Amino acid sequence: MAEEQRIVLRNADQINPAKLEDYLQAGGYQGLEKARSMSRADLIAEVKKSNLRGRGGAAFNCGLKWSFVPTDAEVSYVVCNLDEGEPGTYKDRIIVQKDPQQLLEGMAICGHAVNAKQGYIYCRGEYPYVVELLNLAIDQARSKGVLGDFNIEVRMGAGAYVCGEETALIESIEGHRGEPRFKPPFPGVSGLWGKPTVVNNVETFANLPQIVFNGADWYAAIGASTYPGTKVLTLTGDVEKRVFIEVPTNVTLREIIYNYGGGVKSGRRLKAVQVGGTSGGFIPEYLLDTPIDYDSMRSIGATLGTGAVFVMDETRDVVDIVTHIAKFFKEESCGKCNPCREGTFRCYEIMDRINRGRGTLPDIEHMIQLGKVMERVCLCGLGQASPSPILTTLQHFRYEYERKLIS
Amino acid sequence: MAEYKQILNNYKALPGGLLEAYHAVQGEYNYLPGEAVREAAAVFGVSASQAFGTATFYSYLKIGKRGRYIIRICESAPCHIAGAAEIITVLEKELGIKMGETTADGKFTLEFTECVGQCQATPVITINSVPYTDIKPAQVPEMLAQCR
Ligand SMILES: Cc1cc2nc3c(=O)[nH]c(=O)nc-3n(C[C@H](O)[C@H](O)[C@H](O)COP(=O)(O)O)c2cc1C
Ligand code: SF4
Ligand code: FES
Repeated sequence: MAEEQRIVLRNADQINPAKLEDYLQAGGYQGLEKARSMSRADLIAEVKKSNLRGRGGAAFNCGLKWSFVPTDAEVSYVVCNLDEGEPGTYKDRIIVQKDPQQLLEGMAICGHAVNAKQGYIYCRGEYPYVVELLNLAIDQARSKGVLGDFNIEVRMGAGAYVCGEETALIESIEGHRGEPRFKPPFPGVSGLWGKPTVVNNVETFANLPQIVFNGADWYAAIGASTYPGTKVLTLTGDVEKRVFIEVPTNVTLREIIYNYGGGVKSGRRLKAVQVGGTSGGFIPEYLLDTPIDYDSMRSIGATLGTGAVFVMDETRDVVDIVTHIAKFFKEESCGKCNPCREGTFRCYEIMDRINRGRGTLPDIEHMIQLGKVMERVCLCGLGQASPSPILTTLQHFRYEYERKLIS
Repeated sequence: MAEYKQILNNYKALPGGLLEAYHAVQGEYNYLPGEAVREAAAVFGVSASQAFGTATFYSYLKIGKRGRYIIRICESAPCHIAGAAEIITVLEKELGIKMGETTADGKFTLEFTECVGQCQATPVITINSVPYTDIKPAQVPEMLAQCR
């Protein structure tokens, strides 16, 4: 098996996650100590320079996001996004279950940078056992005093995919329906309870202790130059080894599936791979030599997203799978904006019709048009990304649709 | 069993505590009693429609009775292609109910869920939030027998 490069998973299975002592012995909290010796501005500049980009999907420069918090804000918040609702994704669960203290340290580093005293971890309702571990870790950190005056509280989601969207997540922490807000203002200026708020993904925070400790240049030199570092990926579907791995971002999809994943199951051929979760594009065999970094994925009309890698072998029915995905978006649309509420409904209706062998050529044309409109006008990323599986399969696997149409 | 009034009051002072309070009530009852939601509106100083609006937004929360064992079957794409449909068939047959229903003795409820983040070993079901992975149809009767 090819070598991984582990940064956020460096302590995985090396330490007892339920023991702060173990983490300290492995060099834990030295990043925070160094961060606290730096001025706020220097710390943000260092993180910006490392070019760490958000691991929750949008790949925004982390230090740049922090710099939007006004320096004179009296109250600000740090929020960790552990909603992880993207089907096929479980990397944030792994990162926390293997090493919860690292996440707390990363959040405290952010707290120092944006002068926040309070942090929240929003954990999806499906992970009650992760909430338990986090509360234990927080208790230990608090009694040992390693977090200083930075407090962390865990809040639980309740089974709504859209709550992973940062403003919906904020609404949910406030105890409301998880509907996205109109932007601007962005959370960095007005977020939780109207105060400046930084929302970052688990993996983003988990990278910070090492970045601060080893320096920005160390990190920026790993992996792809425009999206440096490593990425934790979860391999699912028809792959020999359904595993999680952490690899530098310049590794190609082919290496991931064939070297790390052991190839397609039962020696079959690959039909498609969907990267980034259920809203990601479908990628055909001939594009497998693309590196997984955000920009390379973008250049082939796909997305790195959360780093889920869903492999489908030659026997799979792409139209059936996409119909299933369309149903997911219809169910999970929060209904706040019209193009998504109606659009996801119609997309599913048409996909279902085609899948049942009752679709027509105009159905396909209408769906393409609808999808293009949704990408542009939906309020949040859920609606905007939802047509991607449909549009990319129509681009690469159109014959599978045509074969099911009424002749 | 703790009274829902008591539980709700425990969260009254917590900023944004409504959702946490619902979790706590459901933790005791396995569902949200309708009266508890009305009471929550009073405790948290919101309208009844807001209290119900929040409770009904989240698929994890359910107003009205459910079984003692809530079995959820993941129907996201990785579980779908791994044969989730066959698991559903066996569950429905064994329990004599359809998805979304509760057995007459109030013991089991069957529900759909989307990905529960255990996709390393599909298909996946959860029983009262505890995940069980790589489920084979033949295992299902034994799993149900274990629930008592
Ligand atoms: C529908 C939807 C679901 C999302 N789900 C998640 C999620 O589960 N976890 C996450 O970190 N980001 C999720 N995001 C992205 C967040 O809105 C946000 O960009 C991210 O938390 C920022 O953190 P980062 O900059 O560290 O990536 C989601 C976005 C959308 C539109
Ligand atoms: S795009 Fe969909 S999920 Fe997002 S706000 Fe609009 S209706 Fe809600
Ligand atoms: S897809 Fe079923 S648990 Fe993730």
